[in-house]
This record gives sequence, C-alpha cells and structure tokens, in this order.
Amino acid sequence: MKVKKTIERIMNGLFFLCGMVAVISVIAITLYMIICGVPAIKEIGIKDFLFGKVWKSTAKEPLYGILPFILTSIYGTIGAVIIGVPIGLFTAIFLAKIANKKVAGVVRPAVELLSGIPSVVYGLIGMVVLVPAIMKVFNLKNGTCLLAAIIVLAIMILPSIVTVSETAILAVPKEYEEASLALGATKIETIFKVTIPAAKSGIATGIVLGIGRAIGEAMAVMMVAGNVPNMPKMFSSVTFLTTVISKEMSYATGFQRDALYSIGLVLFVFIMIINVVLNVFLKGREE
Amino acid sequence: MDNGLSMKRKAYGIVLKTLLYTCAVITVILLVSLIGYIFYRGIGNVTWKFLTTERSALKKTIGIFPNILFTLYTIFTSLIIALPVGIGAAVYLNEYATNRKLVKVLEFATETLTGIPSIIFGLVGYLIFAQKLHMGSSILAGSLTLVVMILPTIVRTTQEALKTVPYSYREGAVGLGATKWYMIRTIILPCSIDGIVGGAILAVGRIVGESAALLFTAGMGYKLVTGYLDALHTSGGTLSVMLYFYVSECGEYDVGFAIAAILMILVLIINFSAKFAKRKLRK
Repeated sequence: MKVKKTIERIMNGLFFLCGMVAVISVIAITLYMIICGVPAIKEIGIKDFLFGKVWKSTAKEPLYGILPFILTSIYGTIGAVIIGVPIGLFTAIFLAKIANKKVAGVVRPAVELLSGIPSVVYGLIGMVVLVPAIMKVFNLKNGTCLLAAIIVLAIMILPSIVTVSETAILAVPKEYEEASLALGATKIETIFKVTIPAAKSGIATGIVLGIGRAIGEAMAVMMVAGNVPNMPKMFSSVTFLTTVISKEMSYATGFQRDALYSIGLVLFVFIMIINVVLNVFLKGREE
Repeated sequence: MDNGLSMKRKAYGIVLKTLLYTCAVITVILLVSLIGYIFYRGIGNVTWKFLTTERSALKKTIGIFPNILFTLYTIFTSLIIALPVGIGAAVYLNEYATNRKLVKVLEFATETLTGIPSIIFGLVGYLIFAQKLHMGSSILAGSLTLVVMILPTIVRTTQEALKTVPYSYREGAVGLGATKWYMIRTIILPCSIDGIVGGAILAVGRIVGESAALLFTAGMGYKLVTGYLDALHTSGGTLSVMLYFYVSECGEYDVGFAIAAILMILVLIINFSAKFAKRKLRK
C-alpha cells in the first residue's frame, strides 16, 4: 500500500512539472526578452529608439530609429485586416448559413488547408506571382512593396477569421433567428441584422487572432516586402518589425545585435497587448 | 417568399447574397490556384536524383536528401520531448489539478504560448539554447525551440480527448479500488489515444511548415550527416528553411517550387490524417 502511495505521489509531481513547463517557458521568454532587449534601448534612449525615423545599423555612425518598422507593421496589419476580414467574415456566413452540406464540405476543408500552407510557400508565390503582377499593374520599377505584403498577410489571416467567426455565428441561439423570420424579415436581413450583431464578440475574437498572426508573421513578408527601412508607403519597399530581426540577425554583431533584441522586445510587447485584448474578449463571451 | 417586399429590401438581399457567394468563391479559387500553381511549377523538378542526393558545388547540382533527413530528425526530436510533456500537462490539468487558480495560470500560460510568433521563439531559442547552453546552431537547439512552440497544440488536443472519456469510467475504476495513476494508465490514456495522435499530427504539420523559429536555431546546413546523434549537433536546414534559402539567397526558383510541391504534398497528407483521427475520435 505504501509503495502505491509513493508512486501516486511521484506521478502527481511529474504531471505537475509537465504542467509547469508552459509557465516556465512563458516566464523565461519574457525575462530573456526584457534582459536582452532593455540595455540597447537604454543606450539609444527610448525616445530616439521608438520615434527615430532612420535605421542605419551598419553605417559608421549608426542610427537606430525603429519608427519605420513600427508603422509598417501597424499599417501592414491594418491593411491585411481591411482586406481579409470582409472576405473571411462573408465566407464564414456563407459556410454557416447559406451553403448546403455538399458545398460546405468543399469550402471548409479549403479554408483549413489554407491555414496549413507553410508561410515560406506563401512567400514564394508572392515573390513569383504577386510582386511581378504589382510591378506591371502599377507600372513600378520594383514590385516588392507594402501592398504585396498586405495582400499576402490578408490571405494568411483568412483561415483564423473564417473558422472563429463561423463558430461564433453557429453559436447564436436559433430562437433569435426564428423570431426575426417570424416578424417578416428575409433570411439575408435576419443574418445581417440579428445573427451578426449577436455573434459580434466572437467575430471580434477572430479578428484579434488574425491581427496577432499578421503582426507576428516574418518569413512570407520578408520575401515580398523588399526589406528597405523606409517609412511605410504603399508602393515602396518596407521592413516590418519581424523582418528586420530575421534579416539582420544572420550577420549582426555587437551593439547591432542588442538593438535587434530590443526590436524583439517591442514586438513582444505588441503581441502581449493583443493577447490581453484577446483574453478580455474571450472572457466577455463566457459571461 | 420574396413576394411583397419593397424594391429596396429586394436589392439589399440580392447584393448581400451575391457578396456572400463571391467571397466563398474567392476563398476556394485562392486555394485551388495556389495549389495548382505550386504543383504546375514544382512537380516537374522533383526527380529521384533531387530527392536522393546532396547539394554539390563541384557538380553544380542541388539535392535535398540531407534536408529530408534533417526534417525527419527535427520532427522526431521535438515530438519525443513535447509529447510526454504535453500529455502530462493535459493530464494534470484534467485529472489532478484541484486548485482552480493554478489551473487558470497554467491555461493562461499555454494560451500565451499559442500567441507568441515564431520569430520570437527563434530569437529566444537562439539566446537560450544556441548561446547560453552552447549548443550552437544545431538540430537539437532547433528541436528544443519547437518543443515549446508545439506544446500548446498537444496540450489542447489531449485535453479535448481526455474530456471525451465518460466520467463513469473514472468512477468505475476508482470504485474498484484503482489508484489514480493506474486508472490514467490503463483507462483514460488508451481511451483518448485517437485525440492524442491527432494532436501529434497537427504538431508535425507545424514543424514541417516552420521556418522563422528555425532560421537561427537550427540554421541552414545542407551537408549530409548520416548518424542521428551526430546530426543533433550539426546545423541542418529543414525543408521549409531550405526553400527560403534557395529562393532568397540563391535565386533558385525552380528548386524553391520543387520543395514547395513536396511541402504541399506533406501538408495534404497531414491534413487528411488529422481529419481521419478526429473522425475516429468522434465515434
């Protein structure tokens, strides 16, 4: 009996440790980001770092202003949301309310597959198809630009928006819709005036998830955005917070490397804010 | 049914309905054309030689055999660590934990990990595993980074599977005098094996597609290393990382599309097997 109890206690402890791995990882990541990110910010000065408009990390007198990256990341994400959310939301409505079983059986797996495609593959297609197309249509010398990145990001956030929105729409109680139909509203009117408003917090969750994905995406964006530290313009080459890290880490040394860690910290703060917002939404839904 | 509606309401319905159909069609066309284009450009370059040789600067040929091996090694190493830990965490959350506050903290941590982008994992993985623990850019450092990344997937899917095991099974086992660990080992885990397999498949999908987290942690090595243990300590690029390498650093688009075609085949297989596991779970 005693042996059994000891085993029981050991297993309890082991499982507890397994559970703690996630907590320890989060703490370690946070600590490392802060420890490695803060020194360079201190040295450069937080104002010059966050609001400096020029990034010249390899120049003789280097300048470390990351405002172009911050703005590019924000504009890029907003652009992706503007394109991706309507398409995603409408696809979700279509799946939940309009499509019959057969059609939904085709569209739903398609959406799932989209989320499984590796980001480098999106980047490759963007480079080979999208960038030349933008170059031709807008008569540019170089097609790598913010617009290309926005389009790629919009496609990449589609699946999360569709899946989460569809779940939210399906969760709306049938009585709401029946009441609306009984009062003489058409099916489409019911969807847009009753179902969607009722599902709005769930839809918002999907959008926030998409924002998180867009702001954190590195590889696909790196392949189509051109990676020049310009202030963001629709048709010029730009660099995102994520891409400056992935691009320069391979050859950076010394202080430049510390500055990259600081950019990582800024990105991390952005993501944490989004996480908190997401949690608030999720809690709001539970209540 | 639409009889008696005003013109305005009719137009409203027609416009929105058209929009709904258009968006769904856009989504499907996007996927079909993406996959079609990748196979059209890539599949012709996937030759037996391409799959079974390594890159040779002398003969100016490109082969991805070492990278296929590196991908398999990375999947194996990550899963062999992440599966026990992830399943353990899920079991703790579902079967052992009694303190609600602690459960909330654990679940919050898992959710936070889901939201962290892979480039941050790459950065911290590089700082901790490659530098602090002196592993350098290696398969081991890359795999350990991925362990943390795929942990939430495994925890979540295992938890879902554990929840489907009827409560009466537990009562029955405990009623017959089984200890908790005995019950978990012989009843709960075997009953939820389908869900756990499904989670593992999803995790494989993430590993295969991952690139940003592996860029600095595992590097872009393409030299053939045959022994698994030797490979752990050498830099090795997985297929996704090599796609980026060949396209962005070498301008070899054909090689890029060939790797993309292989990745897409893997993604399709993974997707279908995950679905199969899920369907089995429901039954």
